[in-house]
Amino acid sequence: MANVWVFVEETNGAPSTLGLELLTKARDLGETTAIYLGAGGDEAFSTLGAHGAASVLHANAGDRLPSGPVAAALAEKAAADSPDLILFGQAYTDRDIAGRLAARLGVGVLSNASDVRVTGDGVEADHEIFGGAQVATAAMSGGPHIVLVRPKSFTAQPSDGGTPSVAVLDLPDAGKSEAKVTESHVEEREGPQLGDAAVVVSGGRGLGSPEAYELVEKLAKPLGAATGATRAIVDAGWVPYAKQVGQTGKTVKPDIYIACGISGAMQHLVGMKDSATIIAINKDPDAPIFSVADLGIVGDLHKVLPQLIEALENR
Amino acid sequence: MKVVVCVKQIPDPATPYKLEEGTNWLVRPSEQVLDDTDRYGVEMGLQLAQANEGTVTLVSMGPAGNAQGIRQALAMGADKAVMVEDDGLRGSDALTTARVLAKAIQNEGFDLVIAGTESTDGYSGVVPQMLSELLDAPALTYATKVETDGSAVTIHRQTAAGYDVVESDLPAVVSVTAGVVEPRYPTFKGIMDAKKKPVETLTLGDLDVDKADGQKVASITDAPERSAGRKVEDDGEAFNEIITLLQQRKVI
Repeated sequence: MANVWVFVEETNGAPSTLGLELLTKARDLGETTAIYLGAGGDEAFSTLGAHGAASVLHANAGDRLPSGPVAAALAEKAAADSPDLILFGQAYTDRDIAGRLAARLGVGVLSNASDVRVTGDGVEADHEIFGGAQVATAAMSGGPHIVLVRPKSFTAQPSDGGTPSVAVLDLPDAGKSEAKVTESHVEEREGPQLGDAAVVVSGGRGLGSPEAYELVEKLAKPLGAATGATRAIVDAGWVPYAKQVGQTGKTVKPDIYIACGISGAMQHLVGMKDSATIIAINKDPDAPIFSVADLGIVGDLHKVLPQLIEALENR
Repeated sequence: MKVVVCVKQIPDPATPYKLEEGTNWLVRPSEQVLDDTDRYGVEMGLQLAQANEGTVTLVSMGPAGNAQGIRQALAMGADKAVMVEDDGLRGSDALTTARVLAKAIQNEGFDLVIAGTESTDGYSGVVPQMLSELLDAPALTYATKVETDGSAVTIHRQTAAGYDVVESDLPAVVSVTAGVVEPRYPTFKGIMDAKKKPVETLTLGDLDVDKADGQKVASITDAPERSAGRKVEDDGEAFNEIITLLQQRKVI
């Protein structure tokens, strides 16, 4: 049986959905240990157990930036326990710890994985390239194998797993790598959130101006939709980074995705192409977004959107 | 204060990317461009160096080609560049890249290393963190704001919920998101000056780096294609098509 570690970060007092997705996958790959970063507690540990963790290594970094000390502790633990595979999510703290840990262990990292398999002689991981047009399968030599998995690659599902054994992962002094978290700010967000909304309306460069993003917001309202954006207009400062959908932003899989003025760059497609139904409005008939759209409207969004918004508001 | 900014030349993202037959490595034309996300790191480095009477050195790995992308960054105002180019580095993974950059940075000496959060051609997203481990420095990552007085550094670190304020002593590695600062456009004088700035080229042999075994791309397969649906030219009534589809999907 493969020895599999899964990193799970605490979010709002509970294991993150991303971490539970990875655990759900890992329990089919081998004997699973959850590396849990956060305050912890019986409820959190039993959720980890229910999703497949046979044991839990609990780390609490307090006000320290976790990457330095957690990577150092895991490297030592890995030397003793020889895990075959260590799964992380493609997420901020996951990337920080995975990168440092890999450099410490002298092993590679496979990023952006959409699936992972344990084979006779190692680990294989798939990652989508060219905006999801092709899938590259990487075979990894050496070990342990560190894989970063994109959110929503698997569905989190509890099984009949029991209560896991829990041990504390002591965090060493990280010496010159030490950094402190002095404040945490939660940005107030209104309305449905990108990660879990059934409908997402996104805007891109084709909106023409930052002011036109209002059309996206107006369309989202009657649909109860979350609003998203492409990297191009986030980089341009039109909307905050939290709205970015794509390779470097969020991955969404809503029932309906409405792309307004989005050409369909690879970087964007990879974050939304698995939506159940995609509707695109763009004036360029050759825009790549139309190749994934169930319904494509070739036209001026400054005409189509106001008509659509009015029709929805009058219902 | 010595600021080092990691930059990368990539194939123009507006052109279709191709893989080399056999190796599955990305085809890199001799004319590459500065990764757009690196402009934010360069700008941040220039502003922090100016405020602390420092210098900005660019460090880059990969085929130099005509070095057009590096000249772009020099034209913004960086003082010099170090490029590591070696046929033996083709197909390098993130760990080898980080080892090479770390060696080159150690040779230069540094107080602050700045990098983008991930490159636009590879997206591994772990090189800054690996660098920090190899340089025995903290990794202050995903910065949306950076301040330093020359002895310590404070950033706003992007989180899923908002942002954290994170601080450490220097030396440190900081990765910056797009939008951390507004990058300047090179001036004509900047472009002319860039032609005279020192660009040092190093090979693998100059740096004494172990190439990581890394991973091999075993196969490439076409993803199950999503069947494109209907495409409708707007005749003034196309919004009704959207209404109908939303009704069919029971969203309204």
